Amino acid sequence: MNQTASEPILTTDGIPLKVSLQKSERKNKIRAFLLVAPLLVFILVTFLIPIADMLVRSIDDRQINTVFPKTFEVYKKWDQQGLPSEELYETMFFEVKNSEGYDIGKASTRMNYSKSGWKSLLKKSKRKFKKIEEGPYKEQMIAAEKRWGDIDYWKALGVMVDPTTMGYYLNAVDLKFDSNKEIIRQKENRRIYNHTWIKTFKISFLVMFFCLILGYPISYLLATLPLKYSNLLMICVLLPFWTSLLVRTVAWMVMLQQKGVLNNLLVMSHVIADENRFQLMYNQTAVVIVMTQILLPFMVLPLYSVMKTIPPTYMRAALNLGASPLHAFWKVYMPNSVPGISAGCMLVFIIAIGYYITPELVGGKDGQMVGNWIAYHLKTTLNWGLCASLGAILLAVMTVLYWAYNKIVGIENIKLG
Amino acid sequence: MGSSDSFVKFDKVDKSYDGEILVVKDLNVDIPKGEFLTMLGPSGSGKTTTLMMLAGFETPTGGEIYLDGEAINKIPPYKRGIGMVFQNYALFPHMTVNENLAFPLEVRKLSKSNIEEKVKKALGMVELEAFGSRMPLQLSGGQQQRVALARALVFEPRLVLMDEPLGALDKKLREQMQYEIKHIHEQIGITVVYVTHDQNEALTMSNRIAVFNDGKIQQISSPDILYEKPENAFVAQFIGENNQLKGKVKSINGKMCVVKTEKGEEIKSLKVNVNSIGDASTVSLRPERVEINSSDSSFENSFEAKVKELIYLGDHIRTRVEVCGNDQFIVKVPNSYKGANLKEGASVKLSWKASDSRALDLR
Repeated sequence: MNQTASEPILTTDGIPLKVSLQKSERKNKIRAFLLVAPLLVFILVTFLIPIADMLVRSIDDRQINTVFPKTFEVYKKWDQQGLPSEELYETMFFEVKNSEGYDIGKASTRMNYSKSGWKSLLKKSKRKFKKIEEGPYKEQMIAAEKRWGDIDYWKALGVMVDPTTMGYYLNAVDLKFDSNKEIIRQKENRRIYNHTWIKTFKISFLVMFFCLILGYPISYLLATLPLKYSNLLMICVLLPFWTSLLVRTVAWMVMLQQKGVLNNLLVMSHVIADENRFQLMYNQTAVVIVMTQILLPFMVLPLYSVMKTIPPTYMRAALNLGASPLHAFWKVYMPNSVPGISAGCMLVFIIAIGYYITPELVGGKDGQMVGNWIAYHLKTTLNWGLCASLGAILLAVMTVLYWAYNKIVGIENIKLG
Repeated sequence: MGSSDSFVKFDKVDKSYDGEILVVKDLNVDIPKGEFLTMLGPSGSGKTTTLMMLAGFETPTGGEIYLDGEAINKIPPYKRGIGMVFQNYALFPHMTVNENLAFPLEVRKLSKSNIEEKVKKALGMVELEAFGSRMPLQLSGGQQQRVALARALVFEPRLVLMDEPLGALDKKLREQMQYEIKHIHEQIGITVVYVTHDQNEALTMSNRIAVFNDGKIQQISSPDILYEKPENAFVAQFIGENNQLKGKVKSINGKMCVVKTEKGEEIKSLKVNVNSIGDASTVSLRPERVEINSSDSSFENSFEAKVKELIYLGDHIRTRVEVCGNDQFIVKVPNSYKGANLKEGASVKLSWKASDSRALDLR
């Protein structure tokens, strides 16, 4: 055969080699795809779609527009100076009067987020508007409910005209729109989230720190002991892992409470006086202690798997070259265990930052984290927009941390096993 | 060798890990300054344990080790000032080659310019000047090996230990490195203790070889003596190829003796490791010392043998014959006119000198 370089290479059947290769690879690709397809669908339905829904919900403000469509149309013409015109009062009057009780209930909840008072105003107005037969409506409405004459209520509607809003996000960091759509801080007694955010990070950081301090020596021992001892030790580390989270948490409640095991022992051994018992339960201390214990395996396992791969000759070589054991550890062993340290810290921090059940049970009032507020708004106040924005901020924080970590340490340095 | 010129001295050293088995038994060795001593032996013979005791990573269970006259049992490894090349090099993967070499110097708090100079010199010695800023994992096995060697030498230790340093290299590179290590040793005249299970490596590089087996030194002497004059059956069999004929001592006459095989052949041999008439003995004989169909009458031993197998190896023909009750007897026949005539199944005459056959202990 005398082939020139420009001609495509053919198989013995005369089909171009590339086509033939693709054909034979296609089957493998389809098979690979089919193998992962169930999981892919599962993750899509239970994970990616809910997250997308959550992100949408955190800025979604459409619902209010479907209840008062005409009012908002007329509202756009208002110059925000002095009370609105008769026309705006009139459309508002009819849309309140004719709306379903359910719709107006939901809308009034939303309106209450931008100015408290809206909810009761609408509730009362809906009842009183029944008596008003014909216009002009402005005076009659103000007569029925004085608040209709308060310009602040009308101004508060302004932030709801857009079908999207940043209001929930502002809310999640103790900010809000004032009636002129300016961003201002929440009233002092309503500022709760910034404080909670700081607390959440503090607790997560402390848990991560203590896990590292406690987990590192154990992992080192696990990695260096002969197999028969290290297996036993490994079981001791994993045993709590196999016990129910609730059981462990409740066990800690027994241990740490005022009349609990630990305080009793300390009093009995005269370390502390009976009236000076430590307050170890229902505060941040309790959250840190219990979460450290619960998350410890997540630190130990990646550390162990990395340390297992560090040959013992590194330490020997360092000693042989004249480094004291401490120096050898610091300069040779520790740098080689960094992938394990960073994997463990990332894992523990990320799990800790969104933790819910432990702070709920042992945190008391002082130990509540962001997760607890999300649960509270999800179940009690039904303010899902705020839930979504709190969740989205958590997600963003983790993404930023991950990005920063990748910049500083490099993600290829992470090693879970 | 008197103890006056011993630089390293093992004095009745024992080592046990479990309190039941001694991995090193009553070890006594003197190593003079500047010597290249190789510890050779099969795995589990105690050679590596001995090296680790010298480095300070294992503590002797009994006895004492002296370095330059000082008892070092209680001195931790990082204060011994001994360089070491590890089996898998143990280069620190998170440091560049330069940083690896600078490590022992920084620990010793040398000045920056001094460190730079010494690192450069050490890299020059192993011909890797251009690789200082590379990471160890970016180097080939042979280059890593050289860096490990340079690191063990850069702080000018009194003694260098090498624990099977060439084990991970391929054959050609290994041979090349053997010469390089030998030359570096000759250049700087440092004392080296080298551990290997490869006899060629030991024969190539060493001033003396200590053959280990079963926790004991079987023989310690220069390579040629070890090969020519093994003192017991283990050494004879472990170093080089070796024919063994079993029998009992029939008579002793000064330095010579006669060993009688079961079939009644009488082999005149050197009396090396047998004591009295009637002792069971293994007669050891190097294949290249046996002549086939020789007409020379100066050979004291001469027996009829049957050719069992011929293996063509280019420059010589490896001939397996049955003689004196041993059918695994090997003779190396040079590929000359004589060798070409051999046929399997043929009867031949084997002859050798009494001084080449050594009556050793029975194994």
